[in-house]
Amino acid sequence: MKNETSKPWPLWEVFVRSKNGLAHKHAGSLHASDQEMALKNARDVYTRRSEGVSIWVVLSSSVIASSPDDKEPLFAPSDDKAYRHPTFYDIPDDVGHM
Amino acid sequence: MSQPMGESISIEERFEAFVAEENRVEPKHWMPDAYRKTLVRQISQHAHSEVVGMLPEANWISRAPSLRSKLILLAKVQDEAGHGLYLYSAAETLGTPREKMIDDLLTGKAKYSSIFNYPTLTWADMGAVGWLVDGAAIANQVMLCRTSYGPYSRAMVRICKEESFHQRQGFEIMMNLSKGTKGQKEMAQDALNRWWWPSVMMFGPSDDNSPNSAQSMRWRIKRKSNDELRQEYIDKTVKQAEYLGLTIPDKDLKWNEDTGHYDFGEIDWTEFFDVIAGNGPCNAERIAARQKAHNDGAWVRDAASAYAKKQSRRKKLEEETQDSAA
Ligand SMILES: [Fe+2]
Ligand SMILES: [Fe+2]
Repeated sequence: MKNETSKPWPLWEVFVRSKNGLAHKHAGSLHASDQEMALKNARDVYTRRSEGVSIWVVLSSSVIASSPDDKEPLFAPSDDKAYRHPTFYDIPDDVGHM
Repeated sequence: MSQPMGESISIEERFEAFVAEENRVEPKHWMPDAYRKTLVRQISQHAHSEVVGMLPEANWISRAPSLRSKLILLAKVQDEAGHGLYLYSAAETLGTPREKMIDDLLTGKAKYSSIFNYPTLTWADMGAVGWLVDGAAIANQVMLCRTSYGPYSRAMVRICKEESFHQRQGFEIMMNLSKGTKGQKEMAQDALNRWWWPSVMMFGPSDDNSPNSAQSMRWRIKRKSNDELRQEYIDKTVKQAEYLGLTIPDKDLKWNEDTGHYDFGEIDWTEFFDVIAGNGPCNAERIAARQKAHNDGAWVRDAASAYAKKQSRRKKLEEETQDSAA
């Protein structure tokens, strides 16, 4: 029943810009034989109700992701840098909004 | 995970605490094998149901009574194809290739919702399916928007946004028929008669007969039990049937002042398990239709692959000649 010679199409990640002025956001993924088909499929699968004005497709194999195990070394160092946030500084109310 | 890291806590216990605190599990996180397996089975079954679910409705596209209803039905069926694709993608993030899932469907190894093994005999069935079947699916899917596995939950949010049109267009068909001629109203009642019990069964066996339910609840894959969802669905649907002036085919159905819910009659679980086992009216037909679509499409997939290969070879060659020219 299955055609043994046919190789599965690669997986693509789809990013959609919902309207001009906003960044592209990950919408999901799909299979397609090439980039042209990936764009067309992305249009049909992820924007049937004018959810977007622009689409990016990227081969899933090209995405380099950080590992959850790296969460500590990558992100923990910023936890103790409260001085990067505006609330760290006490500015008297008299000064007005700052 | 804000759990104390005492040596007494196993990695499984940490995982359970993690989901119990309403954290979402993402593809690269550690998860118990059984959690992964349960999800692959559930999400791929869900995907298969969306895909097979196109068939009973596609049956009426060419015979829709107006251009308006044809456009609506086409859009709905196309949505269901999309739902299948979102879900296959979500399942794939767990490491199971798409071809494996499709293969399991085509060889009859994988299950899909038993409701789609019933035939759609009249136009009123398009109303009853949208109203009742999509209605039941929505109840389940709204709960799954908060499921613990991130990609599944995100697919569900997208799906739920699209589903409510499905139920409303079905209800509209039922409204038109039940306000129509005597014959049309009878057709609507007949569709309700045939679809009611299979819809009520869509939530699956009763809690005490559903062995995997408790674990799924603990893992926050499911948030409500089968019986809870079923009761909510019945409570909601009774009022809608009353509005239509149609009678739900259950003589034991009555409001219970004490519980604040409707009591309902015995569900024929032998029928349910029989249909799941492959003996429903359309099981063979549905799988045959999927196999035919898959086989008939093989040359298209192969041609697209061959074209992509040729294009990338050509592009490489062009780049090489450019490089050597420079
Ligand atoms: Fe759906
Ligand atoms: Fe639907």
